[in-house]
Amino acid sequence: MSLLLRHRELALGLIIAAMVAGIGLYAPAFISAANIATVLNDTSILFMLVLAQMIVILTRGIDLSVAANLALSGMISASLAQHFPHLPVIAYIATGVAVGLALGLFNGGLIAGVGIPPIVVTLGTLAIFRGLIVVYGGGSQVNASEMGDVFQNFPNLTVLGLDAVFWIAAPLAIAFALFLNFTRTGRNFYALGGNPLAARYCGINIGRQLLLAYLVSGAVSGLCGYLWVARYGVAYSEIASGYELTVIAACVIGGVSIAGGVGTVPGALLGALFLGVIVNALPVMQVTPFWQMAISGAVILAAVVVNARVERRGGKLILPEARRSAGAAK
Amino acid sequence: MSERARFEIADQPPWRMSDLLLRWETVLFALLVVVIIGDTFLSPYFLDIDNLSDATANFSEKAIIALGMALLILVREIDLSVAAIIALCSLAMGLAAQAGAGAASLVVIGLAVGAVCGAFNGVLVARLGLPSIVVTIGTMSLFRGIAQVVLGDQAISEYPPEFESLGQDYFIKWPPLHLSFLLFVIFAIVFALALHRTAGGRKLYAMGANPIAARFSGIPVDRIKFGLFVLTGVLSGIAAVLLTARVGSTRPNIALGWELEVVTMVILGGVSIAGGSGTIPGVVIAVFVLGLVTFGLSLINVPGIVISVILGFLLIGSITLPILGRKFVTSLRSRREA
Repeated sequence: MSLLLRHRELALGLIIAAMVAGIGLYAPAFISAANIATVLNDTSILFMLVLAQMIVILTRGIDLSVAANLALSGMISASLAQHFPHLPVIAYIATGVAVGLALGLFNGGLIAGVGIPPIVVTLGTLAIFRGLIVVYGGGSQVNASEMGDVFQNFPNLTVLGLDAVFWIAAPLAIAFALFLNFTRTGRNFYALGGNPLAARYCGINIGRQLLLAYLVSGAVSGLCGYLWVARYGVAYSEIASGYELTVIAACVIGGVSIAGGVGTVPGALLGALFLGVIVNALPVMQVTPFWQMAISGAVILAAVVVNARVERRGGKLILPEARRSAGAAK
Repeated sequence: MSERARFEIADQPPWRMSDLLLRWETVLFALLVVVIIGDTFLSPYFLDIDNLSDATANFSEKAIIALGMALLILVREIDLSVAAIIALCSLAMGLAAQAGAGAASLVVIGLAVGAVCGAFNGVLVARLGLPSIVVTIGTMSLFRGIAQVVLGDQAISEYPPEFESLGQDYFIKWPPLHLSFLLFVIFAIVFALALHRTAGGRKLYAMGANPIAARFSGIPVDRIKFGLFVLTGVLSGIAAVLLTARVGSTRPNIALGWELEVVTMVILGGVSIAGGSGTIPGVVIAVFVLGLVTFGLSLINVPGIVISVILGFLLIGSITLPILGRKFVTSLRSRREA
């Protein structure tokens, strides 16, 4: 039991596997290859957003503006497609990322440069970004018929049974894992979140790390903005409304500590997968989708209780000798 | 007292005009005056007692919750589930109304459900020691989720007329005052006195400034936190009664997104998210600034979502500018002293 608690990715993976198996017993169609591919495709955007949010939460911050950023970037990318429908698809993707990056820079500048608490800044920009969609588009929406084929076909391009959106999320996840585990800048996020004061004394440039975290979050939101709009075929001010809380919930379920400095890429991905499985399982189980919110709320509460127990166990003994002597003392 | 003390005991810093001028409440008050003057020029309908009175109905419910939220943020906690508590309270009242309950029992049910929801948050945060931001994101989904499960895509609108009149009619005919605004003013005075003039209020500042020191100095930190969550739950229950009565129906998306508007009121009011600083008068002025900006802009037909852009900039700008200003002033002072 304690092994499972310590390796929470393993525990979470087992829970998801058990859940999928249970649903499969009830409805065998759920564990067909096609349906599993559907779940992965549907969850791919959440995978990416969760990883970006994790970096922000590692630094003891929070980015409430991701969904609004996604909606604004998606809108601008879609309106580019509306006016210039025959550009190469990379132009639309780049537009989404660039807009997202600029919005991330705005957040990061205020947080890292001026020193305003992240929750305050992103609470404000959440309202600003979403409102700018209406200011920009004059309250109109861009429909599927206006976006052009190049824009829309790309995310649904299927390779090996999985959509392009998954094939973007997968390498991105590997890149995040490599970045966070094997580069100095990546490790600095953990150092900064674990103990900001100690990190400063170690010579870590706190401002630069914070700015980077919000830039990553912005750029990924922008990328997801294009993917979301192209996948669901509509851009207007309310898309992904409230999705920031789903993203944060997936982080919490995946064991990312809101207190900073704790969290892994596999954990965050499994947290997202957990919610993805629930969303896709409800219709299969013939439960009304109205249950989705209550279930995810209960799961978040369960996860945060488990997280607290694990973190308390973790302790601050880093050196093996210290751990051994602490064990002997017990 | 002819003899002067040999030493002056510096129990408080010397009085400076600039301290008063740089106070957050002063800045906010100046902003409020600008807003009122601006609104008066924008629309001839602004300075109309009936219009102003109806405008208060649109922010008083949120403002009542903001008073409780201010105390929570003061002690380094937050409650993001307040809007979901409204949904659950409204659901309970709706079911009771369908069963034929009268106005008085509906009010009691609303407040009781609010208290239970607040106590649930309080147990998780104060007893189990979990971070309130995550707990209340969870309970936000849970509470609103329950309302969604029960209601589906239906609405309940069979409320007795005496109940609806609580939110729809003027409570006092002249000057025309809604019950919600009257309650907000009374609560604001009570909260201000309790926070700024009692030992209990000072304890909250101590908890916010240094929770560990507060615990070691004998303040029952956990019990107070629990109490504050219950209080905020009850205030949300009151808001639920007023809102449900005003709109006369219960839908699963009732008060959606209010938690962020309430937090905005508190933060603009100068309550530090890091805890330990902020005042009730500040929050009250911020409530009026936000309420009157919204009212003035909607008078000249600015769409709601554009207003939210302006309020977003107002929040960020009003926090950024004083920080930059203070940096500027300190750099000037240090240069003068050097």
